[in-house]
Amino acid sequence: MGYSGFRVIKEGLFGQKGWKPVWRDPDPKAEYDAIIIGGGGHGLSTAFYLAKEHGMTNIAVLEKSYIGGGNVGRNTTIVRANYFLPGNSEFYSHSLKMWEGMEQELNYNVMHSQRGLINLFHSDGQRDAFARRGNAMINQGDDAILLDRDGVREHLPYLDFDNVRFPIYGGLYHPRGGSARHDAVAWGYARGADQRGVDIIQNCEVTGIDIEGGVVKGVQTTRGAIKAKKVGIVVAGRSGQVAAMAGMRLPIESHVLQAFVTEGLKPVIDHVVSFGMGHFYISQSDKGGLVFGGDIDFYSSYAARGNLPMKEHVMDAAMTLMPVIGKAKVLRSWGGIMDMTPDGSPIIDKTPTEGLFIDCGWCYGGFKAVPGSGFSFAHLMATGHHHEAAAKFRLDRFRSGAGLMDEEGTGSQHNLH
Amino acid sequence: MRITCPNCGERDRREFYYQGDALALGRPADDAGLDDWDDYLHNRDNPAGDTRDLWFHEAGCGAWLVVERNTVTHAVHAATLAEKVKR
Repeated sequence: MGYSGFRVIKEGLFGQKGWKPVWRDPDPKAEYDAIIIGGGGHGLSTAFYLAKEHGMTNIAVLEKSYIGGGNVGRNTTIVRANYFLPGNSEFYSHSLKMWEGMEQELNYNVMHSQRGLINLFHSDGQRDAFARRGNAMINQGDDAILLDRDGVREHLPYLDFDNVRFPIYGGLYHPRGGSARHDAVAWGYARGADQRGVDIIQNCEVTGIDIEGGVVKGVQTTRGAIKAKKVGIVVAGRSGQVAAMAGMRLPIESHVLQAFVTEGLKPVIDHVVSFGMGHFYISQSDKGGLVFGGDIDFYSSYAARGNLPMKEHVMDAAMTLMPVIGKAKVLRSWGGIMDMTPDGSPIIDKTPTEGLFIDCGWCYGGFKAVPGSGFSFAHLMATGHHHEAAAKFRLDRFRSGAGLMDEEGTGSQHNLH
Repeated sequence: MRITCPNCGERDRREFYYQGDALALGRPADDAGLDDWDDYLHNRDNPAGDTRDLWFHEAGCGAWLVVERNTVTHAVHAATLAEKVKR
């Protein structure tokens, strides 16, 4: 059943009684052509594109909890394509184009809002770096405008332009950047996959991966054994544990990243804004809450909550950059578990086990990658070939040292991203 | 999160710099081969539960510590001077 303005009016007139659950709640079958472990944004979009692009409809998504309960519902919802390095640049460009067609493709309102992203810079050196990044974005076919101080003031008059410690020199403006309603992205892909016959099985935790003679045969779950010819691992922060079931150790350390939301306010922050002299980024949700976050806590953690030092840093940065929000009350803070790779870039690849694939290492940037990652991972699982937009996301780049994508330029080492 | 430094006593987490898994103490021989170096530099057990990692008391005594803690609860069980830890 589709959505339309007419339907919204009709349901309003008849007491909203016509809405039905948008995906089934099936029991797992004994066997599938393919299984996706992990019902997050990436897993659901993988299933959707396996069905839509490759005609694989006898597949299941296994989610240990409920749809939308993991990182896809715990992020700060920023969508952008402002990457610099080959590998990342073409991938996120492709993913942003997919965002721009997502609502039509899914017939689902994900509230994708291209309100513009502004990364501020505060020194001559940062201006040079952002100018270079902007040029790379334009070369990739995306949009970037280098704003001077007055240009920033025109967009963001509420910033503290008098701050002498961290003066605002300008900003890199990415008009096609923005945000989206994160749960809706999960729900939209779940609905689209379900409509094409994909079984979305919630409360079904994978407890083992069956491998015979180097070939994957299926999985063991809390709801019984399920056979499959192909298995894809898409479990973000839990990648290490699930990969261990297949005898693998990954170049991944899981860290906690915190986010915060304030009470609902009238519109005040029109863009997505990031501070260049502290780790802080902010946007305002359509409900009015200011949604903001900072850096990871910088020690390995599986606790879906963080510690005070990073909270302090984020609040300090917020008050330094935009004291205008100082009286807003923080309603909630939470943490998500990030699968951090040494170079800060992701992995979409085959594993040494035939038929077993992995999509992981999205660090703190997985949300904007949801459509591109699912599309590329589905391509790899269905055809056995890497999709060209994600061809550089190789697992063996750490071992070989060739093709590392250290976007931040801090070094390819676990504790540096 | 607070860590009890053997030299300085219980201190705020902010005084410490996190290096990563304590397997960093087990540096392979220069000619150990690609697999050993890959495991040393990149691959991790990444446990959800008890772990041992290296922290540097940079705002304190400057000692490297092996900290035993839990990655799920953030409980810190013990901290030992790295120089006293046998590989």
